[in-house]
Amino acid sequence: MTKRRGLLPAVAGLAIAGMTASVPGETAETIRIGELNSYNRFPAFTEPYKKGWQLGFEEINAAGGVLGKQIEVISRDDGGTTGDAVRVAEELVVREKVAFIFGTFLSNIGLAVADFANQRKVLFIASEPLTDALTMAKGNRYTYRLRPNTYMQTGMLVDEAKDLGKTRWAIVAPNYEYGQSAAANFKRLAAEKIPGVEIVIEQFPALGKIDAGATVAAIEQANPDAIFSALFGGDLAKFVREGTTRGLFEGRTVLSLLTGEPEWLDPLKDEAPVGWIVTGYPWEQIDTPEHEAFVAAYRAAYDDYPRLGSILGYTLAYTIKAMLEKAGSTDTEAMLAAMEGLRIESSPAGPFYIRDLDNQATMGAWVGKLAVEGGRGKMVDWRYVDGEPYMFPAEEVRRVRPDLQN
Amino acid sequence: MDPGFLFVQFLNGLATASFLFMASAGLTIVFGVTRIVNFAHGSFYMLGAYIAYTLAGVFMEVAYGAVSFWGAIFLAAAIVGLLGVLLELVVLRRIYDAPELFQLLATFAVVLIVQDLVRMTWGGEDLLGPRAPGLKSFVVVLDRRFPEYELAMIFAGPLVLGALWLLFHRTRFGVLVRAATLDREMVGALGVNQALLFTGVLFLGAFLAGLAGALQLPREPANPYMDVNIIVEAFVVTVIGGMGSVTGAFLAALLIGELQAFGILIFPKITLVLAFLVMAAVLIVRPYGLLGRPQAESHAAARAGAGLAAGTPLQRSLWMGLLAFLLLLPLFADEYSLKLAIELLIFGLFAFSLNFIMGWGGIVSFGHAAYFGLGAYGAALLVHHLAWPMEAAILSAPLVAGVAALVFGALCVRLSGVYLAMLTLAFAQIVYAIAFQWVELTGGDNGLIGIWPSSWASSRTVYYYLTLAVTLAGIGLLWRFLYAPFGYSSRAVRDSAIRADAIGIDPRYQRWLAFTVSGIAAGLGGGLYVFSKGNIDPEVLAIPTSVDALTMVLLGGVETVTGPLAGAALLTLLKDFVMPLTLYWKMVMGGLILAMVLAFPKGLVGILGDRLPGLQAAPTGRERPA
Amino acid sequence: MSLLRVEGLSKAFGGFEAVRDVSFTLEAGERLAIIGPNGAGKSTCFNMIGGQLRPDRGRVLLNGEEITGLPPRAVWRKGVGRTFQIAAAFGSMTVVENVQMALLSHHGRARALFPLARALYREEAMALLERVGIRDQAERFCSVLAYGDIKRVELAVALAHGPRLLLMDEPTAGMAPAERHALMRLVSAIVAERGIAVLFTEHDMDVVFAYADRILVINRGRLIAEGPPERVRADREVQAIYLGSSVEAPA
Repeated sequence: MTKRRGLLPAVAGLAIAGMTASVPGETAETIRIGELNSYNRFPAFTEPYKKGWQLGFEEINAAGGVLGKQIEVISRDDGGTTGDAVRVAEELVVREKVAFIFGTFLSNIGLAVADFANQRKVLFIASEPLTDALTMAKGNRYTYRLRPNTYMQTGMLVDEAKDLGKTRWAIVAPNYEYGQSAAANFKRLAAEKIPGVEIVIEQFPALGKIDAGATVAAIEQANPDAIFSALFGGDLAKFVREGTTRGLFEGRTVLSLLTGEPEWLDPLKDEAPVGWIVTGYPWEQIDTPEHEAFVAAYRAAYDDYPRLGSILGYTLAYTIKAMLEKAGSTDTEAMLAAMEGLRIESSPAGPFYIRDLDNQATMGAWVGKLAVEGGRGKMVDWRYVDGEPYMFPAEEVRRVRPDLQN
Repeated sequence: MDPGFLFVQFLNGLATASFLFMASAGLTIVFGVTRIVNFAHGSFYMLGAYIAYTLAGVFMEVAYGAVSFWGAIFLAAAIVGLLGVLLELVVLRRIYDAPELFQLLATFAVVLIVQDLVRMTWGGEDLLGPRAPGLKSFVVVLDRRFPEYELAMIFAGPLVLGALWLLFHRTRFGVLVRAATLDREMVGALGVNQALLFTGVLFLGAFLAGLAGALQLPREPANPYMDVNIIVEAFVVTVIGGMGSVTGAFLAALLIGELQAFGILIFPKITLVLAFLVMAAVLIVRPYGLLGRPQAESHAAARAGAGLAAGTPLQRSLWMGLLAFLLLLPLFADEYSLKLAIELLIFGLFAFSLNFIMGWGGIVSFGHAAYFGLGAYGAALLVHHLAWPMEAAILSAPLVAGVAALVFGALCVRLSGVYLAMLTLAFAQIVYAIAFQWVELTGGDNGLIGIWPSSWASSRTVYYYLTLAVTLAGIGLLWRFLYAPFGYSSRAVRDSAIRADAIGIDPRYQRWLAFTVSGIAAGLGGGLYVFSKGNIDPEVLAIPTSVDALTMVLLGGVETVTGPLAGAALLTLLKDFVMPLTLYWKMVMGGLILAMVLAFPKGLVGILGDRLPGLQAAPTGRERPA
Repeated sequence: MSLLRVEGLSKAFGGFEAVRDVSFTLEAGERLAIIGPNGAGKSTCFNMIGGQLRPDRGRVLLNGEEITGLPPRAVWRKGVGRTFQIAAAFGSMTVVENVQMALLSHHGRARALFPLARALYREEAMALLERVGIRDQAERFCSVLAYGDIKRVELAVALAHGPRLLLMDEPTAGMAPAERHALMRLVSAIVAERGIAVLFTEHDMDVVFAYADRILVINRGRLIAEGPPERVRADREVQAIYLGSSVEAPA
């Protein structure tokens, strides 16, 4: 996106560059912001997300920018590993002199960059990582998140299922942090809310390597009334095909995280599992004016429809705008103060605010059932569930967040 | 448990085995004949799925039915077969004479290129293909449903095995393939056109990979992670079966398929590591896999490896210049440059430690990440759980790694060649799985954060000097060992184990010691690494880390002392330069690596040495009068 | 006490009995040749004495001490030096370094980490090279040496730890006739001056009859004749094995 210096050319130019630096992240005309994400490794989710924030900042700049300045985003691939990501973050902060950074997709990368931000005292807004740890046990005062975390989304699903009278549950989740914490959250919340709940089997296939036939047969053998799934991507498609053919889902309730997001739902086409209760994003049916405007602008810009990543990126851009306007400068302390309790009154997703206790936005998710219509999956009977009631209890946040200790 | 379920689970295992076998058969054939460790096999598999997706879409639009579907599957396999031919003609053929395993680097570059090409062509989203017409439903087996397609696939594996058996026993090509697997040079001596044979074998290998990928279409969407997900398992199956043995691959696939089907009932998280556990167990008991045989020693009697020579004045002045540059760097470099330099020094030590056994001891490790990562984890855990200071943690890193190298090395050095390499990989994967799974201790895949240097070293410049001092000391010591009797003994064992043994040097013991020393050095690098990043997660133990080290060594020149350092610098700087330039940085990296492979088949330093004798005095006496 | 005493040595590979019940002795100062057609079991015999193969039955005694089944390095430590049928040298090292390597091992410093190997025992190595006549090749790499010279390097290496017994498997294979005699004259001289013994196998009957004090004939794994050259030459069975031709014939 911008020019780059290697180690050796740097040797020549850096002494000069170092002398000319003034306020980080600001020049006379622009505010520079750093962004990094796993564009190469996880294109399915990150590309729509990138289009989302690009659209947002284009609109903001066209409308005169923020604080009278244009916003310039320096975007980088984070290499898909924590080692590369921390280096890239450093490059953005040191070389590009950005005011703050946002981005990341994988939980471990999000956490690593958050820790980097904490160490370097730089504001970091995590866009996509779902891990609870980011705002809880490993949270810090420099790190914020918009997207509802695993705990919140699981809580929304459990609420949908609590009155169905299903007690024998199976859990299937990919074997990594997101899947494990989804499973743990489910167990915890189900025990609180579903009377007589019993987990009869748990399956944790390695990410991308589900042995779908064997997994489906094992779950079937345990004869649950209902299934909680945190699968996505290729694993989800394999599981759905095998399970459908073998009749696993017949007469059973299935709760599935994220499956209603176009990123994961659309590849299933007409084989989307009908009746599953999911979190997702029914973009074609949301008719708030803000959302319709967003979809229209997105289609005009990219000739494509938005995914969950798109609305997240777009909303993030406007959140940043609001934060900068409230802060009045790109001074880190001012920006942190602005983030505290920041209210976004209008967004395509509806109003939300950032809870200053754990730096987590109250943005919610859409919860509904899957159906197939016109050869593709869609969400029906859906509603937007505000995130606030599903956030971690304040007392628990105070107990686990390191920066809130004594 | 009721018998119906057990039987169905057994069938599930058979289906998995069938797919695993088909995905591995081509790999084992290609290795058997060409001795190439073909990373691109996974790319062929993925291409098979994508091409079949496109063809099936077109064909079934025209005429929906079984003919269109199966036509698409086989045409896709054939196209992938031709891509295999292309790979052989354009790339591999030029580097058959390069040092052992150099071809591996070329195929790795191809993997990077294909990943991005696939993404450019088909996009990043998963593409769910059609189900097989006529096999969409299920049959009822003991009151349970079993998909027809899976049932058909249970027969497809043995069918492929049978077809290969006919090919190998009833055609001239097949007989040559078998002969070449047993003794490649003998076939050459018989006047067989070896180039043509290799081209044919690459076609067959790629065709089988493409077929296996295409047959996945009714089971899973074509997706950009197929290549990486299958290649390691295919290698594991190949090695467990015995490299070059198709029947062995079949048995190995059965073993893994069934163990997995029943294993998940007891250990729901077992798929992460099962295959590697089986491989480690099999190799410890049978060093050449189930049906493998020791490789016929190359008659050219182990092409002589590199030798050492005293430094030349030119070399010495270059080193002094470089040292001065490194010492003065903080005066004119910014914090980021220092960060990059820190990384480069650490990877330099890491790559140097790998080549200490690989180039100079003939021990190829595909799992060197284990020791680097264990050093890093060792230090991180001591800081995280016991609140040790940085200094003690960094000093403990090499010890942790050294103990692991001592234990794993004892088992590894009993093996040789690719089997040894794969056993090191198995151990690395087991360590990876532990780090991944033992959440209470290691933080699981989220890893540990907040592992920053002590306050006196928290300034980037100070940490840079610390890294510089420690890595230079590490590299310096290893370098000295190479010129000391210890290094000579390693080299003696590499050159001729039988001769070494006959002058009182125990080859296995020497290899074990060298392996341990190398692990200690890698662990030291890992200890420095974790404090430079501030965090650690299992990624550092994963295959890409090992592959990076291999790439650095091979790129720089395995038969040189300084090659790994040059390779580490090159790879780190290149990545840093290319990554921000384009979304498709993997393809650019792959292209550059491929270009260098073709231009410098001895590695960068190797080629410099040939051009500028003063630079690299190490002679590589290749031509040996027979 | 004999320097080397072999009793009932036997070895089978699968069902094939490569060596059956071979016994013989070897005295200090003696040059003993083992001959026999290809596949007769000569190299197997050699490798069982040298430790490369473990015998199924039988014993090997060196100076009365049992060395049966010891690994090669242990046999070497007992004072046995050997050369191989297909010459084995360290191709990436120079000639003198090959010899230094053996000396380092002999002096127990093969695993030293810090001294520079090139500087150690160099003079001793050069002296050995001088003795085997390739001092002028000292700085060349073994990988580029002529085959005959590699055989001499092997000899120097085998002599480095002052062995009491030399095992030489086909020491002159691949050499021109003149060269063969030169090498064997050298070996004879060394055996004489050091008072050691040599056990060798050889295809070239000229060489065998010219330099062996005593000859063992092996066929199909069995010792079929033994004695001084004249007696072996006259042995009917031996003549029959060599296709009825006069034993001197093959060259």
